[in-house]
Amino acid sequence: MNPDASAVDALTDTVSAVFMVVGALMSLAAAVGLLRFPDLMSRMHAATKPQVLGLFLLLAAVGLQLRTWWVWPALFVAWIFQVLTVPVSAHMVGRAGYRTKHLHKELLTADELEAVVLKSADKKAADLRAKGNGRMPGEKRKTDDDGGSSVSV
Amino acid sequence: MEIVLTMTAVILSLAAAGAIVRIAVGPSLLDRVLASDVLLAIIGAALCIDMAVNRHLNNLMLLVALSIIGFIGSVTVARFVADRREQPNES
Repeated sequence: MNPDASAVDALTDTVSAVFMVVGALMSLAAAVGLLRFPDLMSRMHAATKPQVLGLFLLLAAVGLQLRTWWVWPALFVAWIFQVLTVPVSAHMVGRAGYRTKHLHKELLTADELEAVVLKSADKKAADLRAKGNGRMPGEKRKTDDDGGSSVSV
Repeated sequence: MEIVLTMTAVILSLAAAGAIVRIAVGPSLLDRVLASDVLLAIIGAALCIDMAVNRHLNNLMLLVALSIIGFIGSVTVARFVADRREQPNES
């Protein structure tokens, strides 16, 4: 038997305990951010902490506590699916938030979506004018890829 | 390990209370969706801590399933949210 096996054991316990506490603190930080930040975009920034880093720390704590190697791939699968799916929902929520103006423009440092939105609104207005004048009545209405209608976000 | 369990239980309870408050008072639908996502992450954290402290793997499949399909709800709501407000910056 390895003489310092118990020392390694205690070290593993300590590291996993620290991981658990820090991972739980990520959730608390997200809740504080949700309650205190002024608009949707800042709250989204706070909400990602427990979803990615917090879950990583807690899964690492599980792997350290179980002290087997075969559990790490399953934990990795759980984390990698989280990392793959969280940006999808964050993208959709952020886009819908921009569309419905749940943001403070003065807090933004860069707004790369504004030009696209304005261009699309111009195109839509031109389409409406063309249709109103009766020219090209059979013209198929252009499906705006980034249009101003409420559902195409 | 008992001390860690108590500490994390208190921390996660406070975090869940904060998320629920945001779900209750959140001025817009998207705020509520975001807060419910955070609540889901907190529940996943609680499942992880249960597995780590008691050294079992009963919740692992549940956790994988949560991370695979947990985003569908917020995507659906964000897809169909409509703008019914008169002026911006009231959130």
